[in-house]
Amino acid sequence: MRQLLALALLVVPVALYADPVMAPEPLSYTQLPDPAAEARAQALMQTIRCVVCQGQSIADSDADLAGDMRAIIRQRIAAGEKPEAIRAWMIARYGRWVSYKPPLDPLTWPLWAAPVVLVAIGLLIARGTLRRRRAA
Amino acid sequence: MIAETGLIALLIAAALALLQAAMGFGALRPDGESLLRAVRPVAVVQAAMTVTAFAMLLLLFSQTDLSVKLVAEDSATTLPLLYRITGAWGNHEGSMLMWVTILAVAGAAVAMFERRLPERTLAATIGAQGLIAMGFFAFLLFSSNPFERLPVPPVEGSGFNPLLQDPGLAFHPPTLYVGYVGLSVAFSFAVGALLTRDVSPAFARAMRPWVLGAWIFLTLGITAGSYWAYYELGWGGWWFWDPTENASLMPWLAATALLHSVSVLATRDGLRAWTVMLAVVAFSMSMVGTFLVRSGILTSVHAFALDPRRGAFILILLALYIGGALALFGARIATVAEGNRFDPVSREGALVANNLLLSAILGVVLIGTLYPLLVESATGDKLSVGPPYFNAAAGPLALILVAIMAGGPMMRWRRDRLVTVGRRVAIPAAVVVVALVAVLGALPGLRILPLLGLVLAAGAAAASVAPLWKRNLRRTPLFTWGMVVAHLGIAVSLAGMASESAFSQETLIAARPGETVHVGPYAIRFAAIDPIAGENYTAVKATLVATRGASTPITLSPEQRTFDNPPQQTAESAIATLVDGQLYTVVGEPVPGGRWQLRLWWKPFVTLIWAGGVLVAVGGALSLIGRVRPRRQVRAERDGYAR
Repeated sequence: MRQLLALALLVVPVALYADPVMAPEPLSYTQLPDPAAEARAQALMQTIRCVVCQGQSIADSDADLAGDMRAIIRQRIAAGEKPEAIRAWMIARYGRWVSYKPPLDPLTWPLWAAPVVLVAIGLLIARGTLRRRRAA
Repeated sequence: MIAETGLIALLIAAALALLQAAMGFGALRPDGESLLRAVRPVAVVQAAMTVTAFAMLLLLFSQTDLSVKLVAEDSATTLPLLYRITGAWGNHEGSMLMWVTILAVAGAAVAMFERRLPERTLAATIGAQGLIAMGFFAFLLFSSNPFERLPVPPVEGSGFNPLLQDPGLAFHPPTLYVGYVGLSVAFSFAVGALLTRDVSPAFARAMRPWVLGAWIFLTLGITAGSYWAYYELGWGGWWFWDPTENASLMPWLAATALLHSVSVLATRDGLRAWTVMLAVVAFSMSMVGTFLVRSGILTSVHAFALDPRRGAFILILLALYIGGALALFGARIATVAEGNRFDPVSREGALVANNLLLSAILGVVLIGTLYPLLVESATGDKLSVGPPYFNAAAGPLALILVAIMAGGPMMRWRRDRLVTVGRRVAIPAAVVVVALVAVLGALPGLRILPLLGLVLAAGAAAASVAPLWKRNLRRTPLFTWGMVVAHLGIAVSLAGMASESAFSQETLIAARPGETVHVGPYAIRFAAIDPIAGENYTAVKATLVATRGASTPITLSPEQRTFDNPPQQTAESAIATLVDGQLYTVVGEPVPGGRWQLRLWWKPFVTLIWAGGVLVAVGGALSLIGRVRPRRQVRAERDGYAR
């Protein structure tokens, strides 16, 4: 018991007087030490919506919530989690709204098909304006 | 009295717009001869009245007349004079009044200066312009009256959004609006030409300067907006694929396509129906953009008090105008022959490809912007469509478009041979290969879009000046110079975009004054942090001294500003522009331990993005001067070589 108390006395002052300069920097505004991991985190953050802002990603926002979300992403990336797994986690928590990258599902098929369909329609229309080389 | 004068001027203008529409369309009747000339002065007086109303609003704002609701809600006596004035269009009602003012002035300009269009088509065009104005006057008067008085004026106004308190507000919205609304002229020309069934090369030549004019302003407005967002938001991003940005990009894409198709119509009498269609689409996109931004539909998810009636009102106007124009198009287009057909390997062929790709990109942006709204209204599901979609869907199309832009001007009108075209593009193609080898060798592991962007930019830059090759530069027509400069601008801008996305370096760090941090090639000493007071804010100002090798140190002073009316903090970035890029610095919140958040970026060649945008606009201006100065060009048109 006495030993425990002594231990507590040893530990508490350290916790109380810990040099604030040495406190870990908040990950919301600090990069990860590993550039490759930071690059993965950045790429993901740029595609996650700040849910309290007007059309900004969490990588471009001063909002506190965006900062917290950046910190979560950096922590999880640092822990070795895959970006797409983190995205899925974010979607599970905040809904699809949070991801700027529309998931590929029946609801978004038309969206992803749009470029191809548009070019195809364009080619059909353009064909009418061109004449065959031979006929000319 | 000032507010009442403004309101009365607005009412008179609305009545005149009605008259203008009635006279313009009435002039088309067999007995409408006398109306032909009378409609012009009506359009001019209508514009004068609208300008008066807008001037009254500026006066109210500059005096901060708090008995006017709009001033009380969006301004304050403590604001600096610049923002007391420009604040007039930093709100819904004021910006709509500016919109209508530009619409009216554009109509008056057509009435005063357009001499090439046949009288009947011109009258119908002015009439159409009056008809559009009427709807928006009604919108202002019934649901967005800027001159409404308050029964009891407050002691002080509620202040003005600090993010908008920037000199950019004086430049960006007016330029963008001139571009946006200037496209109404093309729309009205199309309506006029459909009504009189007169779609001809002469019509295209008359319409071209107006489209060019609007397009120049639109280009400048978008460029300015991008730079403003870049330095004001404080995170180094320059394009966010935000719906409001898309709203400005869509009319630009349509207008760019229109500029090129109108050349085909003017030079080769082809693409008649398509050009008319694009003229309708371009301004329709402006109206869709206005609807998206002004109706509040986009911000409905946020904590804004919005008036749903406004959205409904603009939507009805949209449906009437776009639907009406398309119905007219459908009814009349059968009587407009499609015009000449072309050889696939020809200048026209390349321009058709240009139009196809621009339209496809426009479609992608439109669908991407509207899709979340459609999904939410149909299923209730909330969806975000952002940069990952737009970059993936529009990026490749844009790169192909740049390749065509590079090659197209080297092709002859009417008919060309692949072999000779191949010989002409040999030098730019060699540049592409050299650039590709150099980039692959020097920077392995570059992502595909920035890689292709850099390489294509090099090739397109070389190709864009090719039309000047072996020509007497002094006798080269101004519009050819315009094309060269504008295309070069696109290459320059693309190089900046690719460089920014490939080479930017970022340092986010908490530092104590006295410490030295690093970003890119710079060592940055955090020299001091001081409190300062501005005209209507207080701030902390960091002093950063950046050194790079042996060169002279640069001092940057980013600020964290605190406004109290309304209460808000903004980060004021400090940017040093160097020959080879920008050093972008921001100071954030304090951190325990006497440290401050610093955000530092080194962005190589990022300025090229906006320099390119300005070049594009300058090219447009050269082209415009070349087109409106008469003579000489006529011969160029006749021999089919608008070189």
